[in-house]
Amino acid sequence: MTGILFLEQSLNSLQFGLMLFLLAAGLTLVFGIMDMINLAHGSLYMIGAYLMASIAQATGSFWMALPLALIATAIVGALLEISLLRRLYERDHLTQVLATFAVILIANEVVRIIWGNQSLMLNAPAGLTGPVTLPGGMQYASYRLAIIAVGVLVALVLYFLVTKTKVGMLVRAGASNREMAIAMGVNIRRLFTIVFATGAALCALAGAMLGPILAVQVGMGENILILAFVVIVIGGIGSIRGALVGALLVGLVDTMGRALLPIAFAKMFPPQVASNLGPALSSILIYVLMAAVLFFRPQGLFPARG
Amino acid sequence: MNKVLTTGIVLGVAIVFPLVMHVLDQAFYISFATRILIYAMAAASLNLVLGYGGMVSFGHAAFFGAGAYMVGILAFEGVTSLWLSWPTAIAVAALAALAIGAISLRTRGVYFIMITLAFAQMMYYVFVSMKAYGGDDGLSLASRSTGLGVSLSNDFVWYYLVLVLLIIIHYFLHRLLGSRFGRVIEAIRENETRATAIGYPVYRYKLLCFVISGAIAGLAGALIANQTSYVGPALLHWVQSGTLMIMVILGGVGRFWGGPVGAVVLLALEELFSGSSLLGPYSLHWQLPVGVILLAVVLLAPQGIAGAFAKKSR
Repeated sequence: MTGILFLEQSLNSLQFGLMLFLLAAGLTLVFGIMDMINLAHGSLYMIGAYLMASIAQATGSFWMALPLALIATAIVGALLEISLLRRLYERDHLTQVLATFAVILIANEVVRIIWGNQSLMLNAPAGLTGPVTLPGGMQYASYRLAIIAVGVLVALVLYFLVTKTKVGMLVRAGASNREMAIAMGVNIRRLFTIVFATGAALCALAGAMLGPILAVQVGMGENILILAFVVIVIGGIGSIRGALVGALLVGLVDTMGRALLPIAFAKMFPPQVASNLGPALSSILIYVLMAAVLFFRPQGLFPARG
Repeated sequence: MNKVLTTGIVLGVAIVFPLVMHVLDQAFYISFATRILIYAMAAASLNLVLGYGGMVSFGHAAFFGAGAYMVGILAFEGVTSLWLSWPTAIAVAALAALAIGAISLRTRGVYFIMITLAFAQMMYYVFVSMKAYGGDDGLSLASRSTGLGVSLSNDFVWYYLVLVLLIIIHYFLHRLLGSRFGRVIEAIRENETRATAIGYPVYRYKLLCFVISGAIAGLAGALIANQTSYVGPALLHWVQSGTLMIMVILGGVGRFWGGPVGAVVLLALEELFSGSSLLGPYSLHWQLPVGVILLAVVLLAPQGIAGAFAKKSR
């Protein structure tokens, strides 16, 4: 019993961690290269999920809608970068917070005007709706396994892109020392539009994959945005590897905390105390983790700036 | 324009406002104006650390919410006297600021922003999970605090009480910023290394500034709990911290009137666009025009509204 529970929660935490990674990867690059706090990153996730839900409904196929939604969100991201965010790079962090907060308000309302207040339904693709039996006799939702597969695949592709290609080299150069990269003749503006569009596409991927599990609704971006920030601060701002490790760590701590802490507390304390303390402690666990990392290693686990 | 004259005019408007609204039979706007005054106090407290101390706290809702919750919890337990509950609110908020500040101030820059956010989120979840005090749903207060001999449920009494407190706080901030302490805080913001070299205990100055700010935010929280007769975890959510920050940035970071100006402008914009008269059926989407105006301020008035006016008058 406990073995199966543990395995199931491990898979859940892996799935959650990988989706957080998709969000954090774009955010950490924007933050690392341009030193820009982008609160509107969560809005791209929301927009991606909405686009996915309506395209999937129109075409009737999940897998056909996925690339279309990704491309559409990437275009939205690129437009946002060119029209607005570009003007903010030279400004201080506070101004960026104000401007991107404004973008959140605008994005939420535009989504409400287009799609209405009701949350949208997005169905899991046909063939992935039921559970599968894993070796060991455990039942697990096949769609969640698909999410894990997609997450691993994207992580590998990103790793290859960042470490083995020329664009990736420029990205790393920009993250570790922007002025030097510019001095060496890197067209950092164009590079950044590319990075931002890619980040937007990754957001859309996370939104699309999580759509069938969570509700597609206005405000979905705000909650997960903070988690993405927690991830990149733990991992080290500007580092893709840090984002991956941080995301997996946050996924693990959060999921395991929620599943196991109440059980552990029930054994240690009287039920009255346990039922109050368990949920409280498990939901603050990741913030405790972040505060601890910041306290002992203020640059995060894998600092990009050398 | 003369500073004293401006202050006098603003004060005069603030004093006359509820009387005018009473004559116009618009009691709603008295309560609305009280809400603005409370947020002005909260924003002013944030401006102290953010604008003058250079510490970008993204978790100020923690102190605001803690103050509000103390009033709510004490009222729930039967203590309604403001002589007890408000000082408790201030003390708890100050203690929270002391604990959070003591750890957070060891980091700087972006990391300070994030660690204050983390602590505020922790407090948020602590209050969400306090089932005994309403959990997710929050607590309703049976009535406003007692202890002054007059009923605070009267909108006039309540408005003028909040106004007096806001004036006291601003006078205190004015004296504080003009004092040696205020100068040192600004010196630290301008050049921390130099302030250290001169021999100031920089960390202790910053921590004290953080605690004072938290205490004022706690008082504002105690007031907002009375204003709405309700406390809920939303008061501590990061969006609330963000809203306070938006007020300060909008009004003018490090400008004496930045906090109040931002609170007035943001809340008035919300009211203007969410009231159905202006936009008709589209007033449901009031966040859209507010967002566009915020963007316009960012692009056109980099120093905030108070900053833009200060420049013109110079």
